Amino acid sequence: MGGVTVTPELLLFGGVAGAAALCAVGVVAFNNAIRSALCLVVNFFLLAFLYFTLNAEMMGITQVVVYTGAIMVLFLFVIMLLNLGGLKLVTEKFDYKRYAGILLGCGLFVVLGSQILPSLATIQARQLSPDLAKFGGPEAIGRTLFTSYVYPFEAVSVLLLVGIVGSILLAKRRL
Amino acid sequence: MAGATLRKAIQVNSNLQMADFIQHLHPALQALIRVVLFVMPSLMLVPGIIWWERRLLSWMQDRIGPNRVGNITFSRTSRFVPSFLQGKKFRLFGLLQPIADGMKLFFKEDITPSAVDKVIYFVAPALALFPAFALGGTIPWGPYGFLTPVADVNIGVLYIMAISSLGVYGIVLAGYASDNKFSLMGGLRSSAQLISYELAMGMSVACIVMATGSLKPSDMVTAQRGALWGLDFAPFTWIENWNILTPYGLVAAIVFGVCMIAETNRPPFDLPEAENELVAGYHTEYSSMKFAVFFMGEYAAMFVYGVILCTLFIGSWHLLPIRFAFMAKQYPAFGDVWNMLDTLNGSSILAPVFVVLKAVAVVTTYIWVRATLPRLRYDQLMSLGWKSLLPLAVANLVVVAIWIVASRVASPIMGLAAVAVSGAILYALYKAINKINVHERPNFASREVLMVDEPPQTREVELVEPAAAAS
Amino acid sequence: MNGVPLAAYIGLGMFMFTTGVVGVVIRRNPIVVFMCIELMLNAVNLTFLTFARYQMATYKSQVHMEQSLMAGQMMVIFVMAVAAAEVAVGLGIIMAIYRLRDNVDIDEMNVLRG
Repeated sequence: MGGVTVTPELLLFGGVAGAAALCAVGVVAFNNAIRSALCLVVNFFLLAFLYFTLNAEMMGITQVVVYTGAIMVLFLFVIMLLNLGGLKLVTEKFDYKRYAGILLGCGLFVVLGSQILPSLATIQARQLSPDLAKFGGPEAIGRTLFTSYVYPFEAVSVLLLVGIVGSILLAKRRL
Repeated sequence: MAGATLRKAIQVNSNLQMADFIQHLHPALQALIRVVLFVMPSLMLVPGIIWWERRLLSWMQDRIGPNRVGNITFSRTSRFVPSFLQGKKFRLFGLLQPIADGMKLFFKEDITPSAVDKVIYFVAPALALFPAFALGGTIPWGPYGFLTPVADVNIGVLYIMAISSLGVYGIVLAGYASDNKFSLMGGLRSSAQLISYELAMGMSVACIVMATGSLKPSDMVTAQRGALWGLDFAPFTWIENWNILTPYGLVAAIVFGVCMIAETNRPPFDLPEAENELVAGYHTEYSSMKFAVFFMGEYAAMFVYGVILCTLFIGSWHLLPIRFAFMAKQYPAFGDVWNMLDTLNGSSILAPVFVVLKAVAVVTTYIWVRATLPRLRYDQLMSLGWKSLLPLAVANLVVVAIWIVASRVASPIMGLAAVAVSGAILYALYKAINKINVHERPNFASREVLMVDEPPQTREVELVEPAAAAS
Repeated sequence: MNGVPLAAYIGLGMFMFTTGVVGVVIRRNPIVVFMCIELMLNAVNLTFLTFARYQMATYKSQVHMEQSLMAGQMMVIFVMAVAAAEVAVGLGIIMAIYRLRDNVDIDEMNVLRG
């Protein structure tokens, strides 16, 4: 990695990515589920920022709307509902299995990183021409979604419908 | 001649030196200038809105309300008062009341209960204030592109939706961190309410997005400058195509308005802080400045939502929906008059003032609704959101789609006809569905309270013999 | 972003993914396990978008570049939709289990009946 020059962008990326990684660790490490959820919210927010830096502004804003705006609120809602029902926090006990799990994770990261990352260290992003830069916007996404990807799109809509029906069926005591 | 000079004086020309100066700055500095010029002043209006609400509410409820703070009467005899001020009275109609309240809250003891989750307890008020500050980022305030909006991005409306969906965190976390049953209930109610109303709100905004064909707020404003309903003959070409004047836009505006009240937790949707059920809801445990922050966040959000409604539906910075510029071209006999009116109507430095005026009108409606309607029950709130507003917004989306296709394929008149026909069909469908459901609904019978001219019903008193009861 | 190599983004995605895996393995609270799954999905999303942006460098024709840019974003949309459906059903299951057994400890959910 000696050939990397430090630019302001690299420093900015380092800060954001470091904070995101820290939040990811926080999700796993916090014993309190609400704090884990908050870490995840911050992580998703920072990821949205990274999407913006990757010229995918539509994806970035969708990330905020879908993940931080809907999914994480649902998580918080369920956690609080369980708290209200008098549920004590699930106690985490750290026996040998847990340490084995952590070791496994570290091993996975080391193996993957050592095999993949060195070959990618030199690849830089190419400057986008203005007409390519607009391919992160809503217009291009809409056009592609409803032309080349219309069948997967419909399949996903069916999946979402099944999800809605399934969750109602599960959550409702009597229909 | 005088008209022309006046027009020149108040017209904002984008070739001004200032525009040039600003456009040559670093983008971050530009954004900072825009924030300072437009977003901050809008937050300065918050105390004014609080005063306006209290005065208007007291007027509606036949009270006097705060009318004293700020009044000064100089002594008639004191030597320390200059002679021209002696005995003079200055009345501010209680305008300084919110500032006095703020001072009071600031100097109150800041109590932190011992069982709270400290970090989250301190972060929650800040999170509650953040969306109100950030929401205005993509809203244009006037016809000068170099000053406003802060960022004219092609995902502006989605940005508004994203930020407004973050508003729930402050409330939920405050409710959780307080370690108080009532606070937790308030937080839970709020998260359920906000998720439910977000959907209908998104759908109603989607209608406008479809009709405009863009996600940029400034494009939406431009689209509202066209002729009414896209028609090209006399009375319609004089009027601007404000979204609220179109049939689908009116429905969308109503849905948006209701959802807006629910999103800001204002009465009659203020279940998260319903004082007769939950003490004070999510901010029960907050005192002093932290409570003030919640309070301020609510009022700032109210105002900013008013500005959003104004931008999306009520023609943004034009005072009247009349196309004076078009009329100047069409009827050149009074060209100067039309041009003058056009300048006054929108393209002058008064433009942001008009936006503020419209937003205050929306806020006034909020207050009016608060004074008029009783608080909903929780199940009524949920069924209003899911069973009325969401289907209405989705049906409206269908109507907009039909209108777009019909007016592109045939003509604007055919488009309007299609809107009428599809609206009628959807209404008939709604009626038919309601008829199916009606007989198998085990609802609680609503209790009627008759107050007029009903003869008192004699109740049969069941007499029990004391002896029989004893045995 | 100028000057940020591909490895930086991929490294972050990899780290988040492994963290998610570890969380799924070691945590007992099913909601946290769900959150870790979300973390893994997001790591994958980041990787998709990164490759969509960086792989362009290897293409010559405009059409290929456009396809490369779009393919990654489309995958992200689908992953998000699947994640949303999964969360709705998963949290429903957790609530149902809690209602049935008054306990949501994952280690004690070892029988496939109520």
